Amino acid sequence: MNQAAPSSPIVKFDGVSLGYGDFTVLHDVDLEILPGQVVAVMGGSGSGKTTLLRATTGQLAARAGRVEVFGRDMATLHGEALREARQRMGVLFQAGALFTDLDVFENVAFPLREHTCISEHQILERVLDKLQAVGLRQAAHLRISEISGGMARRVALARAVVLEPELMLYDEPFAGLDPISLGVTAQLIRNMTDQLGCATILITHDVAESFAIADQVYLIGQRTLIARGTPEALSASTDAYVRQFLDGQPDGPIAFRYPDTPAFQQWLASKGRP
Amino acid sequence: MNGLTSRITALGRGFLSAVTGLGAFARLLAAILARSGVALRRPRLVSQQIHFIGNHSLLIIGVSGLFVGFVLGLQGYYTLNRYGSEEALGLLVALSLTRELGPVVTALLFAGRAGTSLTAEIGLMKAGEQIAAMEVMAVDPVRRVLAPRFWGGVIAMPVLAAVFSMVGVLGGWFVGVVLIGIDPGAFWSQMQSGVDVVKDVANGVFKSLVFGVVVTLIALYQGWTARATPEGVSRATTRTVVDGALAVLGLDFLMTALMFAN
Repeated sequence: MNQAAPSSPIVKFDGVSLGYGDFTVLHDVDLEILPGQVVAVMGGSGSGKTTLLRATTGQLAARAGRVEVFGRDMATLHGEALREARQRMGVLFQAGALFTDLDVFENVAFPLREHTCISEHQILERVLDKLQAVGLRQAAHLRISEISGGMARRVALARAVVLEPELMLYDEPFAGLDPISLGVTAQLIRNMTDQLGCATILITHDVAESFAIADQVYLIGQRTLIARGTPEALSASTDAYVRQFLDGQPDGPIAFRYPDTPAFQQWLASKGRP
Repeated sequence: MNGLTSRITALGRGFLSAVTGLGAFARLLAAILARSGVALRRPRLVSQQIHFIGNHSLLIIGVSGLFVGFVLGLQGYYTLNRYGSEEALGLLVALSLTRELGPVVTALLFAGRAGTSLTAEIGLMKAGEQIAAMEVMAVDPVRRVLAPRFWGGVIAMPVLAAVFSMVGVLGGWFVGVVLIGIDPGAFWSQMQSGVDVVKDVANGVFKSLVFGVVVTLIALYQGWTARATPEGVSRATTRTVVDGALAVLGLDFLMTALMFAN
């Protein structure tokens, strides 16, 4: 397997278009993430942030352009090569996606049991160590149904980093968290990146927390990349799109209202409202 | 003319979807068999499923077997009594259970108890992104989730059918010997001499093995192809019971015709 040189980008999007069926979600996206960097990908709901993550993990093929991960074109990776690439990634899903038939400890131990041959003692040490890092060492024995949503997110984080990946992908890690968990999670993401030296993609629409920890911010909307830069540069931007998103204004270039369609008019007419 | 065309179109569509479904079903079986090495390398994964599928079904299988044995004892006695051959009750109960009722009723109960829970579990794993998470973790869900459950079901089913038949024989004995007063020596000796190990017992075990493969595979297939919504999972669970029951009854007729033809 080709190893990417330390200074070369871990993830590189080059003129990438993505979509489902007849619908193109994103087009002409360029993106680059270096080791040790936290890159926040921001945009409104339905703007295609998760689609971008799915392209990075190889769950969705690019319609145009090239998605490179660890220096290899994801379109050419199949079978064993794709599995090898995925073993070097850690993904935190939006809902945690913890295995409900396993307890907290076994969830975190899952990647170790599947991909390594280390002893039971070493598994115990490593899992407890990762649970300690997310503040849940004492919750190792609990079942998934016994922990709160915020705790589940932290268990999922411990599971995602247990193999010490070179690329971490977080899908909406701040959604539905209370203010304390939110701040702690943001700091955890930064610390994990610094400790592991991995590249981190943070999919979010939480401006304050992501600006506090990100090195680079990519803003997507209108089915493409609207702006990119450091948090400071974007904060100082006068671009109408950037300002509307960062300031949370309802009016501006990004439409809040869903556009009118012939299908809607037809439905309305069927309800007796011409 | 339009009505006729649309009927023919619907017929063709139904036939195509049935053939496609059957193909997908066969492909899933092939995929599971190809990844079954995990059952040998990590037997614990299979033993957990045998526990989950088998042990948790023991009560319903045991109680049902007992009542079926009671009824067989009673009905058998009423019929045999007309011909003065009630001492053949043990043979009648044992043959009914080992040849037919043991494998068939166990498979029907198995579809309702273990099959539905397998379908719902896998459907909900899909809905909760657990299957997607496994794929992204470079873990093949067919190998890790489906294969151990498949072998768990295939192993548990004949054992459950044997338990059913055994408890059923005891139920028949209780009604016939203890309650009605048939001679226990005649009850057991007729059974011993009349039941053939290969023709009756082995064929029954083979039937239950086939039912185990089919019902478990239907349950896994329905969960695997379920839409990841509450409605999708509920429909898949219903289909497991309906398809499972029809497959068991249809296959039972076919196997009986082949096995017991003189």
